[in-house]
Amino acid sequence: MAGTAVRGRLTWQVSAVTALIDETASVKTIELQAPDWAGHLAGQHLDVRLTAEDGYRAERSYSIASAPGEPVALTVERLEDGEVSPYLTEELRPGDDLEIRGPVGGYFVWDGDDSVTPLMLIAGGSGVVPLRSILRHRSNLRSTVPVRLLYSARSLADVIYRDELDQEGAGVEVIYTLTRQQPQGWTGHRGRVDKSMLSEVAWPPDQQAIAYVCGPTPFVETVASSLVGLGYPAQRVKTERFGGIGGS
Amino acid sequence: MDDLDGNAMGGLMQEIFGVEMTTAIETCAHCGNAAVVAETAVYLRGPGAVMRCPTCTNILMVVVRRQDMHCVDMQGIASLSPAGQTA
Ligand SMILES: Cc1cc2nc3c(=O)[nH]c(=O)nc-3n(C[C@H](O)[C@H](O)[C@H](O)COP(=O)(O)OP(=O)(O)OC[C@H]3O[C@@H](n4cnc5c(N)ncnc54)[C@H](O)[C@@H]3O)c2cc1C
Ligand SMILES: [Zn+2]
Repeated sequence: MAGTAVRGRLTWQVSAVTALIDETASVKTIELQAPDWAGHLAGQHLDVRLTAEDGYRAERSYSIASAPGEPVALTVERLEDGEVSPYLTEELRPGDDLEIRGPVGGYFVWDGDDSVTPLMLIAGGSGVVPLRSILRHRSNLRSTVPVRLLYSARSLADVIYRDELDQEGAGVEVIYTLTRQQPQGWTGHRGRVDKSMLSEVAWPPDQQAIAYVCGPTPFVETVASSLVGLGYPAQRVKTERFGGIGGS
Repeated sequence: MDDLDGNAMGGLMQEIFGVEMTTAIETCAHCGNAAVVAETAVYLRGPGAVMRCPTCTNILMVVVRRQDMHCVDMQGIASLSPAGQTA
C-alpha cells in the first residue's frame, strides 16, 4: 500500500493526579481525573506523554487498572534505569497534570460477555494490571463466568493488588507462582510458568476457555506457546507484551 | 527480547487512521500471511515505530514523526482492513 502523511486524530488530554497508592516497594497506582475521558473497556490501555522543559518528549503505554465506569487508574512498576517509570512512581504528586491519550486497544479486552466460556488469566509481574480491570469488571457486573488467574511474581512482597486478589469471591481462583523467593512453609507454586505448570493449573482445552496472557515479552512468548502446545487454539490465546521489562 | 506487539502501536495507529486498529487484519505483501495487528511484532526503540510480520519478519509498516505530521510507509502490507470490514 502507498505511503501517506496525515494529521493526527486521537488527541492528547490533560488529566490531574488525584491519588498515589503504594502497591509494593516498587509499584504505585496513580488515580487520575480525566474530564474528557470517553470511558474504557476492561483490558484497554492509554498512552502517557512527558514533555521536558527543552521540549524533549517521551511516550509510554500503561494499562488501565480500573474497571469500566470507574475513574482512570494506572499501576506502574518502577524500573531503576528507565526514562518514564521513575518519574511516574517517584516524582508525580497529587494535583500534578499528566498528559494522556486513550483509551487504546480492542484486542486485549473482555467485553463482559458471560454467556461464554471460562477465562484463563495469566500475568507476569505488572502484566496483572489489565487483568485486574477484567476481574473488577466481572465483579461489578456480578458475572458468574468462572475465572482462574495464574500470577507469576518474584516474591509474595512483589504481588500487586494482593489484598484485593485474596478477597476475590466465588468463581475466581487465584494461583500464585513465586519465582525468586518463597516464604517459609510456602505450599504454592514456585518457579517460572511452564507447560507442566499450565497443564496442572489452566482450564483443560476442552473447556473452550479464552486465555489472556500479559507481562514481559519473554514471559508472554513462553506461556502462549505452551498453551497452544497443550491444545488451546491460537485464536483463543490473547496476548499483550510489555517489552523486556520488570519482574515476573 | 525487548520487542513489543501491535497493541503497543494502538494509540499511534488510532491517531493516524481515526479508528481502533489493533483488531484490524493485515496481509503481508511478502509472504501473504494474514494476522491481527495486535499479533504483529513491533519495535519502538529506533527512530520510528516499526511493525513486522509475525511469520516472515518482513517490515509491514514504518511510522516516522516530523513535527505534527506522521510519515507512514506501508509498502510491506498488501491489505489492511479494520475489524468487521473486508479488504
Ligand atoms: C500495551 C502496553 C501496556 C503496558 N502497561 C504497563 C502497566 O500497566 N504497568 C507498567 O508498569 N508497565 C506497563 N507497560 C510498560 C511501559 O510502557 C514501559 O515500557 C515501562 O514503564 C518502562 O518504561 P521506562 O521509560 O521507565 O523505561 P525505558 O527507559 O523504556 O527502559 C526500559 C528498560 O529497557 C532498558 N533499555 C532502555 N533502552 C534500551 C535499548 N536501546 N536497548 C535495550 N534495552 C534498553 C532500560 O535499561 C530498562 O531496563 C506497558 C507496555 C505496553 C506496550
Ligand atoms: Zn510475512
